[in-house]
Amino acid sequence: MTAPRPAHRSSGASRVAGVASALFGGGSATVFALLIVIFAGIFAMNPSFMEPPSLMAFIKNAAPLVVLAIGQYFVIVAGELDLSVGSLVGTQVVIAAALIDGEESRTGPVLLLMLVFGVLVGLVNGLITTVLKVHSLITTLGMMLVLYGANRLWTGGAPTGALSEAFRQPGRGGVEMPVVRLLPWSLLILVAVVIAAVVVMRRPYGRVLIAVGDNEQAAAFSGVRVWQVRTAAFVLSSVMATLAAVLIGGYAGVTAQVGEGLEFAAITAVVLGGVVLGGGRGTVIAAMAGALTVEALFTLFNQLSLPSTIRPAAQGLIIIAAVAYAARERSQPAPPVDDARPEPARS
Amino acid sequence: MRKTRVLSVVAVAAALAVGACTTDDPADSTDEVDQVVDDEAGDEADSEEEAEESDADEWFVQSEYERQLAQRDIEPEGPADQPWLQAIEPEYVDTAEYAQDGNTLCFSNASVSNPWRVTGWITMQQQVQVYKDSGDIGEFRVSDAGDDDNKQISDIQAFVDAGDCNAIIISPSTTATLTPAVEAACESGVPVIVFDRGVNTDCMVTFIHPIGGYAYGADGAEFLVENLEPGSTVLALRILPGVDVLEHRWAAAQEIFADSDLEILGDEFTEGDGAAIKDIVTQYLQRGDVDGIWMDAGDGAVAAVEAFEDTGNDYPVMVGEDELSFMRKWQETGMTAIAPVYSNFQWRTPIEAAVQIWNGEQVPSEWVLPQAPVTEADRDEYLQRNADMPSLHYAKFGGENLPGYPEAWQDR
Repeated sequence: MTAPRPAHRSSGASRVAGVASALFGGGSATVFALLIVIFAGIFAMNPSFMEPPSLMAFIKNAAPLVVLAIGQYFVIVAGELDLSVGSLVGTQVVIAAALIDGEESRTGPVLLLMLVFGVLVGLVNGLITTVLKVHSLITTLGMMLVLYGANRLWTGGAPTGALSEAFRQPGRGGVEMPVVRLLPWSLLILVAVVIAAVVVMRRPYGRVLIAVGDNEQAAAFSGVRVWQVRTAAFVLSSVMATLAAVLIGGYAGVTAQVGEGLEFAAITAVVLGGVVLGGGRGTVIAAMAGALTVEALFTLFNQLSLPSTIRPAAQGLIIIAAVAYAARERSQPAPPVDDARPEPARS
Repeated sequence: MRKTRVLSVVAVAAALAVGACTTDDPADSTDEVDQVVDDEAGDEADSEEEAEESDADEWFVQSEYERQLAQRDIEPEGPADQPWLQAIEPEYVDTAEYAQDGNTLCFSNASVSNPWRVTGWITMQQQVQVYKDSGDIGEFRVSDAGDDDNKQISDIQAFVDAGDCNAIIISPSTTATLTPAVEAACESGVPVIVFDRGVNTDCMVTFIHPIGGYAYGADGAEFLVENLEPGSTVLALRILPGVDVLEHRWAAAQEIFADSDLEILGDEFTEGDGAAIKDIVTQYLQRGDVDGIWMDAGDGAVAAVEAFEDTGNDYPVMVGEDELSFMRKWQETGMTAIAPVYSNFQWRTPIEAAVQIWNGEQVPSEWVLPQAPVTEADRDEYLQRNADMPSLHYAKFGGENLPGYPEAWQDR
């Protein structure tokens, strides 16, 4: 866990207290606390969940949402929203299936094409938002509908073709090894993406991104080209959605419903991670933890054998309570002991 | 401030506790019901007013259940090689009063929002083309309501107001809400043909549908009971709660499971999403053995099978659907499975019925089409026939002898 620790405490006992206070004290660290609580709950219900193969299965399932949440984080921290990612995931999977059509040799070119398409969608989202000054809620809502409609028009509602085995490997396959049985590629991809995202957020671009989200005018006055920074954030989000499409298509194959509702799951994850809608606050690691929390919550419900019908309500209550719990911390002065408040520089 | 923190902790705890305790409460999830993301199948003949609660018993009508189960064994009348013209225990009505001097056919479609409906819609258009070429049908006017009841009500009204439809075909989006609109269409004097899901009136000339949801659910459940040892475990995967089409399938399955020695591990809603299905099945496999899978619709059945592969478990006894992706997986793996069918060829029948009515021929007042599952015995034959079809196509689409075959179904 990357819970922030108070540096000025040295004795073991008080350090534990410090960590606990950081975890449960609110702010963006709340999500880690919630994640730990949920995992403890799952473990209590079903100890076998902590066996490596089970954990790997969990990671494989959660990977697409984590990747999407990281993409969404870039956009939200810059003060915008991207509602088009769910539709984009669906469209990308459908494109992949139709163009690959089961031919292994087409995998590479099609992946490249998907990347180009993803970048293009991000560029359009970004430029319409920044240059034409259309609110991103409208831009990406429009993009969501355009992609959804184009998808329907193109496929007539029923995706055709099939994904190649090679395409499915990243989401489904892995390296055979002892203990975990299969180390999923998606875990390795996830680790790489998280490291890359943390690095990006530590580099000047990341700091500028947060500055833009925090105060657009101040950033502009200090020489930041706001439109460039934000457009790049949209492109990052769309590229992440493309990666998520590869992972989810690999994990579960093509269905007509693929991608539906993912935009809200991703936004939920980011908000749960304590990243404020409106921008300027929160860490990418917390957003990632938010995504894991959302997925873990589904797993917990499953382990509790909760009737499916009540799950959305329970999920909604927990999320509102968690975000409220984290948010109340922000409205008061910095607590004396912990430094759980996110600093722009840290990611 | 301390207080608010405590409060939110309490709220979380309460949410979990509430969830954990209310195992049997009928819970609303009207949002999802409205979405009807994936009611790929149409509805059956039931015309009783259903209560709104999604309590299992509300969806079960013993007499209708028994009727449908019995209908499976009745030899349908009509040509065996044209199942869309067959009818089970038909009661013919005279149609002379509906003689028309025009041949404009109007069709109010609920939606084409899932592969099952898309497949049927293509078949219907191809059938129309045949009759256009022969001159029986002049104009074919279509409105698509996009799963919106209000839109469909005004669509039907527009057909009535236009006054130049010589027959109106309606595929209702929901049962109760569309009933007045269908009645209004009947009162306008033109012959009305309803197919797929039903409405609470019998004013239409003919109501076309396959046997129904109870039969569909029972086909799969009985297969599991026959092919699993007593004490085996079965996981039920469902699309959505509260949709009568799907609830009847599950009600019938529950009825059969209740009389068996199978242990039902749970019933989970998946919205037909492959990722959700794979995740849920994987989790059940982490907790213990799953010997059989019952599904209320075949969407994502392949993802369920893959969950067994990826976790290194033996294949379950599987209930899928006649969707080709599943049937191909079934053939490839050789697992024990059955594909219940909600006869997609029913989309041809309303067109045939309209032409018959115009010609003054008798039609069944309730046109019950055969609905036989695909079994291992005829699986390969159906796959052979549909070899060039896309994976989200339905094996029993019944359009092989239409002129547009096979391109029309390939290029969607």
